[in-house]
Amino acid sequence: MKPVCQFCGQPATVHLTDIVQKVKKESHLCEACAREKQLMPDPAGGQLNLQALVALVLGPPPANEPTALICPSCGLQYTEFRKHGRLGCPADYAAFRPALEPLLDKIHRATTHAGKAPRSAGGASPERSELADLREQLRSAVAAERYEEAAVLRDTIRQKEGADEPR
Amino acid sequence: MNLDDMLPTLGEWLRGTGPDSDAVVSTRIRLARNLADFPFTTRASAAQKSEVEARAREAIAKADVTPKLDYISVNGMAPLDRLFLVERQLISRELANALDGPRGVAFDSRESVSVMVNEEDHLRIQVMQSGLALDTAWERIDAVDDALETRLRYAFHDRFGYLTACPTNVGTGMRASVLLHLPALGITKQIEKVFKALQKINLAVRGLYGEGSRASGDLYQISNQVTLGKSEPRLLAEIGEVIGMILTYERQARQVLMKERRQAEHDRVARAIGTLGSATMINTDETMELLSAVRLGIHLHLLDDLDLTTVNQLFIHSQSAHLQKLAGHALDGEARNAARAKYLRSRLRDLGTR
Repeated sequence: MKPVCQFCGQPATVHLTDIVQKVKKESHLCEACAREKQLMPDPAGGQLNLQALVALVLGPPPANEPTALICPSCGLQYTEFRKHGRLGCPADYAAFRPALEPLLDKIHRATTHAGKAPRSAGGASPERSELADLREQLRSAVAAERYEEAAVLRDTIRQKEGADEPR
Repeated sequence: MNLDDMLPTLGEWLRGTGPDSDAVVSTRIRLARNLADFPFTTRASAAQKSEVEARAREAIAKADVTPKLDYISVNGMAPLDRLFLVERQLISRELANALDGPRGVAFDSRESVSVMVNEEDHLRIQVMQSGLALDTAWERIDAVDDALETRLRYAFHDRFGYLTACPTNVGTGMRASVLLHLPALGITKQIEKVFKALQKINLAVRGLYGEGSRASGDLYQISNQVTLGKSEPRLLAEIGEVIGMILTYERQARQVLMKERRQAEHDRVARAIGTLGSATMINTDETMELLSAVRLGIHLHLLDDLDLTTVNQLFIHSQSAHLQKLAGHALDGEARNAARAKYLRSRLRDLGTR
């Protein structure tokens, strides 16, 4: 059977094969659709549009992409936060966590609080700050590529986490 | 509270005493805190801001805060009064002008503690100390924070710490700033080098009046950038260590000045006093520059009939809102420069330093 264009059903003359993470993905298009999706160089001698090619192969961004996050408590969208730089309410930290953590790491080179805590939250218990210290040590061990040390630290952290905050 | 009563007094930060006051004007620590059950100020409705203000006022009044703080509302305050509080470092420019709705500030009579309400964060607690006093300032602000916390439920997250409107403040919510007077590093052209080094280790350098303000009068504010991942004492120790190094450089530069060009320096200081005491028009920038020379002259013992307290008073009274309050009426640009010159002339004549 001759492949047909996946967009319009005409006989396909453009065939793309991509292998992403060991999964083969084939796309078949007719010339008109390929041109419309900017997958063919312009007859006037334009360049192949790589971005369009990648977009076709990878599909639309998944729904859990950080940019689509929205806070259920105050309604702020993550994209709005990125535009203005100000969060809407305390619940944003939980709602935007997957996107915020890398950002915090960039700003502070850390993602875990190691200071004072309100008494209502139990104050700064010694175990808490010990864990925070260990996490910091792990980060710097990984950054410095001291992997053996990092592995030991990781195991210690897991042990301690298991002891006080079961997940 | 009548703001005009504050006119003759100097706030804590201009007391001119305290450790290392030869090159450190003041130490300031602020903590950003938010109430758990409200949106941050920029997303809060007028009603929510009123509610935050009411809760904050009640906590400030009833909590065991030492010293006693008095609250005044900033919305509804005359623009001149707002600027007056900005100049005294009691409120930020943002609280004065950029924000709207219910907001205000509570502070003590010595102007050593202030709590801004409905700034970018619901609460911005601030403690001032004259000279280099990071540890004392921390002990004091820690106590104020504890006292307020008995009456307010703060937004706090186990992993991220104190939650703030801007992620650059999250964690400890703490910004410690030390206001340095570094004229000798300026004269010997080493200041740029120092600042480049500071940026590499994540410390910010700003002018006197905060973000975006440019340095004038050789005054520089140095503060921590990072607020997350390190405990408060550790952040303070890191800043303290760097400040100590800068002070060593500044003092060395002063010694070099005295050894190699004492006469020229003496001349510069004398001319500064001369200009301040005889000009008929003078703007803020020039005043700051000349007062910087006078300040250095006092520390180098090139002047003996003027003290630091007086220089600090001339400094704060030359600021625009202070000047207009002293004059008793509003002054526009030219009139202000004339009034500033007149004030400086008469003060220096009284002191008999001409």
